[in-house]
Amino acid sequence: MSQPDFSHDGIRTARGKAFRYLFMLCALLSILTTVAIILTLLVDAVDFFAEVSLGEFLTGTRWSPTNEPVAFGVLPLISGTLVITVGSALVALPIGLLTAIYLSEYASERRRAYLKPALEVLAGVPTVVYGYFALVYVTPALDTFLPLSTFNALSASIMVGIMIIPMVSSISEDAMSAVPDSLRQASYGLGATKFTVSTSVVVPAAVSGIFSSFILALSRAIGETMIVAIAAGQTPRLIDVTDPAGLFLNSIQTMTAAMVQIGTGDIVGQGEAYKSLFAVGLTLFVITFAMNLVSELVASRYREEYR
Amino acid sequence: MATDTPTETDFGQVSRTKDVAFRLLALGATLIGIVSLAALLANVAVDAVGWLNWGFLTSPPHPDPYEAGFLPALVGSIAIMLLIALITFPVGVGAAVYLEEYADDGLLTRFIQLNIANLAGVPSVVYGLLGLGLFVGLLGFGYGTVLAAAFTVALLILPIVIISAQEAIRAVPDSQRQASYGMGATKWQTIRNVVLPRAMPGIMTGTILALGRAIGETAPLIMIAAPTTVFGIPNSLESKVSAMPLQIYTWASYPETEFQYGVVAAGVVTLLVVLLTINSIAIVIRNRYQQRT
Repeated sequence: MSQPDFSHDGIRTARGKAFRYLFMLCALLSILTTVAIILTLLVDAVDFFAEVSLGEFLTGTRWSPTNEPVAFGVLPLISGTLVITVGSALVALPIGLLTAIYLSEYASERRRAYLKPALEVLAGVPTVVYGYFALVYVTPALDTFLPLSTFNALSASIMVGIMIIPMVSSISEDAMSAVPDSLRQASYGLGATKFTVSTSVVVPAAVSGIFSSFILALSRAIGETMIVAIAAGQTPRLIDVTDPAGLFLNSIQTMTAAMVQIGTGDIVGQGEAYKSLFAVGLTLFVITFAMNLVSELVASRYREEYR
Repeated sequence: MATDTPTETDFGQVSRTKDVAFRLLALGATLIGIVSLAALLANVAVDAVGWLNWGFLTSPPHPDPYEAGFLPALVGSIAIMLLIALITFPVGVGAAVYLEEYADDGLLTRFIQLNIANLAGVPSVVYGLLGLGLFVGLLGFGYGTVLAAAFTVALLILPIVIISAQEAIRAVPDSQRQASYGMGATKWQTIRNVVLPRAMPGIMTGTILALGRAIGETAPLIMIAAPTTVFGIPNSLESKVSAMPLQIYTWASYPETEFQYGVVAAGVVTLLVVLLTINSIAIVIRNRYQQRT
């Protein structure tokens, strides 16, 4: 929205121009940040891949960066991340979707004014606090009726799930609120109940927004660090298809937790373990960046539809 | 047809029951997260009783749980946060002003916008690696210093600050800009005298909420090798610094029950109280602004 500038005062115009470029620089800083992230990760990751082959990294089934014999197979970490992602999705996606339906279709204006900020608190609690909750309260509570290890994927998944509920619910609710009322009225006119309108009209009409919120929430679960570092433990473990329950009951290690483990160790300098940090970081960045991009693209589609 | 009185069919009954059941199910789902968080908070508050006292807030950490204190972490967190505010506020507002007031709707603008949205979703641990590579490695700010910590977390919350500042600027009615131009003001004068003052409460609210997010960040600090336990309070930008979440993370790994259920609980409550205070300030600013308009 450019405005005609009728000022003929040279100094004022020059100053205006100077501010314009200063502000532009601030905006370009965000692109610089992305470039810096990619370069930082790439430089050390390339160093790492000079010593450990890319094939070994991507297909190796053992992760042991510091203990002899050292091995840098990322698959156990990816499968640990997958366990947490699936576990937290089982918690957050149904709850988040139902919450969005309630807020958008059932809740009164007044009730929504209380519930929405209350839900947003969930995303604002520091993740280290959630990690502590999982370790000290959730695990002992579940341990009374499940054969749990002290560190386990189940408590961590539940906590990550609770943390990402608002991400699912608020974006899904936005999408549902954007569904034109005429669609609802048409359905009511045919004699449908609110249940039918919600599940057969509103949800399908808002499906791209809902889908986008799911992807974004899962991406957040993949990148979540402190909850899994505290509560899920440090045991890199490949998925064992014969014992899926065991995965949740025992300690696992995610990509992020492995990074924290190396980061808190006294490995400073240029060793392979230090550089593996950047290789794992790059893997994590590529996965989450792709997911965020897909979510953004899917979301921008529904924004067009109902305008 | 008029003589037919509508009777309750079995089908109608079933669909009504289903409707009510679904309503309750949705309400229940909405409350699950809130209720479980409330229960956990109640637990931690009860555990903190007796541990959270003046001695805890004014002492350095100690291996004996009864002597352990939170002061260096508390001061460290606040120092980092103030520096983050100094970095993110001007840059974030500048970027938002450019995107909302100057930029045309071209490819570059859309690319910047998409990039900012993506940056907001980059895992915090990756920002830690950026800090390690850029601020500690390339620029030599030193492992775990106030400077390195503040710049790293500042980059992390910058996208959030920009996005919320953009929303605040967008909410300023266009008629006010037109009125300013009508009086012969230049674009910069309009932004400085009309747009920014009107958008400032919204910008402040967004920035303060983002700072609340910054104070809870742990993983980036671990990545730039911030010491997990510091015994003195930071006295320069090059001091090694710890922070509340980092100290909590360290204590949570201690095996003694006094630490697990006492000291850490006191730390968690302190962190949450600081966070709550910050968020309340943001809400007060927002409410005062809403009353005036």
